[in-house]
Amino acid sequence: MANGESEVGADAPAGGFVQLLTPEGERVDSVTTAEGVTYSVSFTDEEYRELYRDLVTVRRLDAEATALQRQGELGIWASLLGQEAAQVGSGRAMRKQDMAFPTYREHGVLYTRGIDPIMPFGLFRGVDQGGWDPNEYKFNTYTIVIGSQTLHATGYAMGVTMDGRTGGPDGEAVIAYFGDGATSQGEVNEAFVWAGVFNSPMVFFCQNNQYAISEPLERQTRIPLYRRAAGFGFPGVRIDGNDVLASYAVTRSALDNARNGNGPTLIEAYTYRMGAHTSSDDPTRYRIASEVESWKAKDPISRFKAFLTKQQLADDDFFGQVDEDARTLALNLREQVLAMPDPQPISIFDNVYPNGSPLVDAQRKQFADYQAAFEGSAH
Amino acid sequence: MSRIKDFTLPDLGEGLTEGEILTWLVSVGDTIELNQPIVEVETAKAAVEIPAKWGGVVAKIHVEAGTTVEVGAPIVSIDTDPTAGPIPSAESLAAVEIAPEEGAVEPGLIGGPAPGGRTAVLVGYGPKTVTAKRRPRIGTPDTSTTAATPTPPAAARATQPAAVAPAPVAPAPAAPPAPVPAAVLSLKVLAKPPVRKLAKDLGVDLSRLVGSGPLGSVTRADVHAAVAAVDVVVDASAAGASDGFREQRIPIKGVRKLTAANMVASAFTAPHVTEFLTVDITKTMKALERLKARPEFREIRLSPMLFVAKAVLLAIKRHPMVNSSWSGETNEIVIKEYVNLGIAAATERGLIVPNIKDAGLLSMRELAEALNLLVQVARSGKTPPADMANGTFSITNVGVFGIDTGTPILPPGESAILAFGAVRPTPWVHKGKIKIRQVTTLGLSFDHRIIDGELGSKFLRDIGRFLEDPEGALLSWT
Repeated sequence: MANGESEVGADAPAGGFVQLLTPEGERVDSVTTAEGVTYSVSFTDEEYRELYRDLVTVRRLDAEATALQRQGELGIWASLLGQEAAQVGSGRAMRKQDMAFPTYREHGVLYTRGIDPIMPFGLFRGVDQGGWDPNEYKFNTYTIVIGSQTLHATGYAMGVTMDGRTGGPDGEAVIAYFGDGATSQGEVNEAFVWAGVFNSPMVFFCQNNQYAISEPLERQTRIPLYRRAAGFGFPGVRIDGNDVLASYAVTRSALDNARNGNGPTLIEAYTYRMGAHTSSDDPTRYRIASEVESWKAKDPISRFKAFLTKQQLADDDFFGQVDEDARTLALNLREQVLAMPDPQPISIFDNVYPNGSPLVDAQRKQFADYQAAFEGSAH
Repeated sequence: MSRIKDFTLPDLGEGLTEGEILTWLVSVGDTIELNQPIVEVETAKAAVEIPAKWGGVVAKIHVEAGTTVEVGAPIVSIDTDPTAGPIPSAESLAAVEIAPEEGAVEPGLIGGPAPGGRTAVLVGYGPKTVTAKRRPRIGTPDTSTTAATPTPPAAARATQPAAVAPAPVAPAPAAPPAPVPAAVLSLKVLAKPPVRKLAKDLGVDLSRLVGSGPLGSVTRADVHAAVAAVDVVVDASAAGASDGFREQRIPIKGVRKLTAANMVASAFTAPHVTEFLTVDITKTMKALERLKARPEFREIRLSPMLFVAKAVLLAIKRHPMVNSSWSGETNEIVIKEYVNLGIAAATERGLIVPNIKDAGLLSMRELAEALNLLVQVARSGKTPPADMANGTFSITNVGVFGIDTGTPILPPGESAILAFGAVRPTPWVHKGKIKIRQVTTLGLSFDHRIIDGELGSKFLRDIGRFLEDPEGALLSWT
């Protein structure tokens, strides 16, 4: 499907995928799918280098969070290790006005939205409810319940249409993230139905990391996930999820289709979760070491580094500086996590109503008086 | 802030209460960096490496590898400012900061108890609540629930040979004694609700039945068959009570008594696993014929057992862990560097398993002579007790009875036994074509406390590879 080069996509699953950068770091100029859609990217040298910086930074921050959990400073952590390219590529493909609905693993997407990486840590440290203003950041709150955010996203996207904020190049598009396991949930299928029927300005971005906790992909589906879209009446594309360029190109194209009023797209980013499902999980109980090894050879960062090196777009000084900057950010993140204040019991009354409520105000006062009764005693 | 900091075991996986220290990756005096892996800990959920929370020098290791510690207990102290000179006495190890213990979490909250004896967690499924440690309620002894308490997975896996190392210095405070691995106990019986009702009505214990339905589920017919079988037994015993002259009574003594005691002891202490491998041993049979023709082996009786014994000895060299024993008293796995190769022998007085001492040191000819002598002495009933003691690995040749294979029971103190089945000319795919080949089935039982499926499989596979091509294996392995 691509340029007639036999090596390209040699690592692809049956049925192929869109790949613009091979695991060896070879650039593919463009890919044309069986449906006749051509995907390519044109970045400046500086943009290529910044993509690399994104990849390294989100991986380094993720490693710090994993360490913090092991040190008892976070209750749990869902690592994105191995999925950096899928997240950074799709995140950078979003335009300012676009809206994202993440799961609990989209730390890379959050980072590319320009959000301070500390934002979700209150949730993982257990000191707040993980809430923020989704409209301010154009990034919905992390969603733990599997697949539910796809319905929220679809409803939001239908609202975008009703508000007339779509149908042109400045229109708003919505991207919903979910995993391979979520495709078996009713919510995701309902979201497909609604988005398809209402031609909503949506991109369904599925990071197929091969495992739903311990359940392998073959227990989720008999056909490649991207082909599910056909049954709901919109296009599905599979990309090499470890290729940040393919992730960018296909997501950018799908989002632009959506904002121009051409309806939803399902993107299956074929990738691999290199770490555990969360810090509470032990992947060695359900997958074999050789499988993990085979995916190491497809690492999203090492292929991009190989590309930059071969094209002489960056040198060792640059790579060293990126590592050092990422480390500084990570240590800064650590300090911020350790400095997070414990929540006050009275804060349970916050964020109940947007404009307050006399009833909640009364309850807050009652509770404050009750707490004051303990003043001076070590209850 | 104190410069010596204590690192306490965190809750590594949402609602865990304890963890076992598997390996220390650092020693006292080592300089460590922030986030450097320092210790491997296994919890009920996962074995994980813990990265150092501070950079500095390891000042004290509080718990040895092999110990199970409660969440919140200090496990290591780190001097975070080692260049500042000796530690002032006021800041001695006794005065280190210890993180405050976490409060109990209420039911329904994350970390609190949840339905089904699990702990509520954010993502996925929480660990089963460890009920074994609950103190008995004063005045209301409830032994039935205590007995039914499931063995916590952490404790079960604590018995695995993860660290074949010195016995733990401090005994694990909460580990129940020698638990049987949970997998053995947790086999659930599958049966549809109406079948369960039928079994209940007829007083049949479903867990005692082997189901014939889909996925091994118990069917209505299975339940009826079980009832019928009980009836037959009842009939027979009723008849026997008044019909004593048609029964022969043999006193249980001697070899039979010893065998029975050994088999019961073995079967109910060592969790057995048996694996089978069917192999084409045509090349072994041909090698046997060539060996018989050689002057060195003239006048010596040779059988395929010689090759099986040799295969076992070489495979043990490649997988020494198989040649070991479980020492429950000292909490050790003892790996033997010698092989006393036991050969099960049927005698008039019953089964005995004499062994060939230091069989691993014998040449092929010496091994053949030892085998012949062993069988000869056993048949004559003159095997001295010393010959039957201290076996390390055994072979049982059920093939001589024309049997394909079996699931042998481990001789006590040994962790694996091989059954050698009958060698039969069999249609077999050989080099892409169906040929008549000499084929046998090997059965290997092993003690799953010591030997994992992977090791057992590799060991059995190596024996098979030897028998498939003994000369090739000899050349490449020795």
